[in-house]
Amino acid sequence: MQLGTTLANRYLIQDVIGVGGMGSVYRARDLHFPNVVKLVAVKEMINQAADAATRLTIVQNFEREANILATLHHTAIPRIYDYFTQNNHSFLVLELVNGKDLESILSEADGFFEEDQVVGWAIELCDVLAYLHNHKPEPIIFRDMKPSNVMINASGHVVLVDFGIAKPFQTGQKGTMIGTEGYSPPEQYRGEASIAADIYALGATLHHLLTRRDPRLEAPFSFNERPIRKINPGVSADLEMIINTALQYNAEDRFKNIDAFKESLVGLARKTGLLSRLGTTAIQSSSAIKPLWTFQCEDELRGTPLVYNGMVYTGCYDNNLYALNAADGKFAWKYPTDGGVVTRPAAFEGNIYIGSQDHRLHTINARSGKVAWTYYTEGPIHSSPRIAENHAFFGSDDKYLHAVNLGTGRASWRFETSAEIWSTPFVTENLVIVGNENGDFYALDFRSSMKWRFQAKRGITASPVVQDRVVYFTALDGMVYALDINNGFVLWRFRMDKPSIVSPCVQDGMVFAGSADNNIYALDARTAKEIWRFRTEHQVSGSPIIYKDALYCGAADGKLYCLEYRTGRLRWKFETKGPITGAPVAFDDIIYFGSTDHFIYALMA
Amino acid sequence: MDFFKRLFGKKDTQPSLPQQPESVVTAPLTEAQLQSIRGAGLRAEPAQLLVGAGQSVGKQRELNEDSLLTLTTTIAGNSGSQPFGLYIIADGMGGHQFGEVASNAAIRVMAGYIMRKFHDYLFNLQSAALNESLQEVMQDAINEAQRVVLREAPGSGTTLTAALVFGQQVTIGHVGDSRAYFLYRDGRSEVITRDHSLVKRLEELGQITASEAAVHPQRNVLYRALGQGEVLEADIVTVPFPPGGYMLLCSDGLWGVVNEETLKRLVFDGPSLEASCQNLIGAANVAGGPDNISAVLVQLHI
Repeated sequence: MQLGTTLANRYLIQDVIGVGGMGSVYRARDLHFPNVVKLVAVKEMINQAADAATRLTIVQNFEREANILATLHHTAIPRIYDYFTQNNHSFLVLELVNGKDLESILSEADGFFEEDQVVGWAIELCDVLAYLHNHKPEPIIFRDMKPSNVMINASGHVVLVDFGIAKPFQTGQKGTMIGTEGYSPPEQYRGEASIAADIYALGATLHHLLTRRDPRLEAPFSFNERPIRKINPGVSADLEMIINTALQYNAEDRFKNIDAFKESLVGLARKTGLLSRLGTTAIQSSSAIKPLWTFQCEDELRGTPLVYNGMVYTGCYDNNLYALNAADGKFAWKYPTDGGVVTRPAAFEGNIYIGSQDHRLHTINARSGKVAWTYYTEGPIHSSPRIAENHAFFGSDDKYLHAVNLGTGRASWRFETSAEIWSTPFVTENLVIVGNENGDFYALDFRSSMKWRFQAKRGITASPVVQDRVVYFTALDGMVYALDINNGFVLWRFRMDKPSIVSPCVQDGMVFAGSADNNIYALDARTAKEIWRFRTEHQVSGSPIIYKDALYCGAADGKLYCLEYRTGRLRWKFETKGPITGAPVAFDDIIYFGSTDHFIYALMA
Repeated sequence: MDFFKRLFGKKDTQPSLPQQPESVVTAPLTEAQLQSIRGAGLRAEPAQLLVGAGQSVGKQRELNEDSLLTLTTTIAGNSGSQPFGLYIIADGMGGHQFGEVASNAAIRVMAGYIMRKFHDYLFNLQSAALNESLQEVMQDAINEAQRVVLREAPGSGTTLTAALVFGQQVTIGHVGDSRAYFLYRDGRSEVITRDHSLVKRLEELGQITASEAAVHPQRNVLYRALGQGEVLEADIVTVPFPPGGYMLLCSDGLWGVVNEETLKRLVFDGPSLEASCQNLIGAANVAGGPDNISAVLVQLHI
């Protein structure tokens, strides 16, 4: 393909970065982002098969790779952005990995790699394999672990590439053998691919990296005839033993699973002190992050924006609701209320709903910015509307939870609570739940009759979230609570060091929250055990969101933090000039958020 | 005389029973038919827990040192009827003098503590809110059991796997190598607990293989048990009860000799929970019954 070609009206081909059996891999620029240079990898597959059946199989394999990748979110797996077929060419658009593969690094290196270096890579490879093996509904067997399929990116971390043959694994199923000779275990040659095969191939890869002896040039399964320490005496006996376990001829003699493999490596790393050094990684400096666009309002932005039909809507303390073009931040309209707007807008069937300190819920046409109707409460509104069942549910400083019929603009009911409601209700299939400033937490059915009530020791300003029939929220008593949605019983609570108004989010069995003790926390949803905590430079006042493999959260230090959500590792931070109190919102690889410095920002995810 | 006849006589001699016309034949439904009726997706209203349990001393031990407890009820309230169940298995340690005392004391203390916490909910009209979370109640109950076992049966030890089902959530407290399994409706199974045994640890670390672990001479050595050591770190976890599936609690007298596939088959194919428990225990005894066997099988009907 000619350099300079534009594919699908979107991807400008800039360079060839690899050549494979079926076609080339290109570096391309995504022209959908005119204001920034977004580079992607475009993998081309030319279908030259003579007969139709084979051609179809090839296209199916290609689409399978795309579909597998699309379901995966891991820092060590390239993200998939797009795939399409033109004539006899299929294309996969992937995250561009800026780095080199291990085979090239090995061949360019002068001597042996340091043991620490290899163990560090090995632990990360175990991590990503564990992620694949734990994939639901079926484990994914990578099946092609070898140095040339492992990239080391610019910050020194591993990225697995070439999912051409990774396929969902069904136990006992015999498949066609497509592993790489030299790295594959004996059973893979019989057409069996399993978790144990990936363990063996990782062992083989590590053996190759430590000994520089290419297994493809040796007799199959002859690793034990080339003891690592005989070739490279610098390797510890412990590591040799671990790799030998992975390389056992019989699958049942190897590590039982990749976690056991990893645990052995971590045990070794802990002994040598490597583990404490592993955490430090290159961090993208905040100056490197350029917003796609910014927009200045006339006062503080304290709430959370909304993205709806290509527009960003945000309330502002200058009394207005703003509508901006999501792609470039261009101003569309603003709608003035008579009070500060700190709530998050909600959208439903072409209308935007927002509460204001002027005591009103305003209903505004999303295109024109014209008001349709307003609904009056007897106090300022700090609780954001939640739209469900053709109603807007929200609280007010008049202590009532309001259920307003969107068709009539009138209340279907109001429910009186013991205090002002700042928390945003959450609506499940049959319940409306909300907390108030007195620390009471209510679960009502759709007819406003109370199903259960819970009391925290202090106010609940945070908004609840429900996942797998468990309600999570934080409170000013410094706790993260997990309540059974069916009966309000506390399943567990986790004590943070200071009060919290942070609305938690939940992903992959982890609960994320923050507190005035400056930390962002990740907790195990089942055991309430802390998985990691990340210390910001001031109170955590904003709420976190998870988008793809990252957590985004603003803090009172004015920074928006981007962390790897599984590890809490800082990826980048972006500084604004005022505390961030709302949550960011992510859409189409762009993160939108407001700051009390009066600006709304759009950053690349 | 008629009176005694009626009491002790065989059915066919009882003249008082109405004679059925010979043409009517009511063959009992086969188990397969019953199963298909049960599996027809009838919704249980209110949600309820079904329980089976069984124990056997096994074929090689003289004493039964396992203890088990099952308590099942429902709590009615504003939020509807909530199933409530407490299920505990404890395996007293074979080598110790007071193995039986330890497992029994652990279960009594634990159940007593938890029932006191829930007393108002279960037996009083006015129910005050629980001050602690369910995980905290579980933790405190285990600590209490630990104190009592240390005092009442010094030098002994016991495993403890307790499951508190409330609504559709299960909170599990666990020490030692008894196990809680979840058997899902789609045929999957999962060990929810982690054995606190030396060989399991060696296996996790890759020092020995699963097959070596199964025959390892030290496979009964625990590194964590109730009654052992001053500080006890129990595993506590809250998980949703597998919808339409089962929870199996058992001592190593069962899981150590009957493989997971067989466990699964016996549970899924069983005509009733009680029968499944007996079949599980039978399978362990057929395999030699080297240790005491205890099993509690629970199903949540929703």
